[in-house]
Amino acid sequence: MAGNLDRFAGLRVGEHIQGREYSPDNVQLMLYNAALWNAHRIHFDEPYAKKAEGYPGLVIAGPMLGDWLHQCVEEWLGEDGQIFSIDYSNRVATFVGATLSASGEITALRPDSREVEIDAYIKNQFGEIVTPGQILVRFADEG
Amino acid sequence: MSGLLSEQLLSTIGRKSELRREIVTRRDIRKYAVATDNRQRKYLDGDEAPPMFHVALFWDVVELWQLTPDGVSIDGLLPKFPLEKAMAGGLKIEYHKPIYPGDWLTSMRTLTDIYEKQGRSGSLIFYEVVMDIVNDDGDLVILEKTTRILR
Repeated sequence: MAGNLDRFAGLRVGEHIQGREYSPDNVQLMLYNAALWNAHRIHFDEPYAKKAEGYPGLVIAGPMLGDWLHQCVEEWLGEDGQIFSIDYSNRVATFVGATLSASGEITALRPDSREVEIDAYIKNQFGEIVTPGQILVRFADEG
Repeated sequence: MSGLLSEQLLSTIGRKSELRREIVTRRDIRKYAVATDNRQRKYLDGDEAPPMFHVALFWDVVELWQLTPDGVSIDGLLPKFPLEKAMAGGLKIEYHKPIYPGDWLTSMRTLTDIYEKQGRSGSLIFYEVVMDIVNDDGDLVILEKTTRILR
């Protein structure tokens, strides 16, 4: 598709990718861990999380933040290509009540393979990066 | 520097899990997409699995008695480590093929590395587990490497 080619050609290193904000509550956290079949108490048993583990609240599951890095890049990408790989880590624990935001920045462009390297991150309400990642995107071949 | 890792512990590198074969259903995709607050219709309708859906598909389903009091299932692939407090971990994932409802997928996990490093407040143990996910034609669908740090 010519549209893809045009879009790729217009990308610039340093270009910002704005994702969205997330404010996961107990209900969302419960549904997420139920979808996984994850019974770890730190995600649903608040007295346990606080008293036994010393956390300030229920711990937001790390892989859900990884999922949001994908969402940020996929929503930007639309149908023009696909995520080929991600490398991310959960650096700082986050808790129910937090407001988390996803964003990213283009760090490299490889025209030969129509690939884009993106640094993506989840930040907490204090602006700290809690989950940094690198994502490699491949734009679809032109028709 | 490698005082924590015995020969016996290191000999578990290369250990593989049993194969796990699971079917992808529209309902499971929809649950995952809703729970992660995804906004894309194709995922919310379950027409295609979003990235990281495999995390839910292959999370270990164990019986109640196999859960520890804090609700965690013991990962039988791992040896007993001399450090037990888990710190942040990382995930590296390659997506080779899309996943659709009706797909049968098979995963195999391999303990690929164990090593020690000196952190600011003492020794840390790192381990790596690679999960290969293939379809019934034997094509690689997802390759995932988990790195965990123990202190």
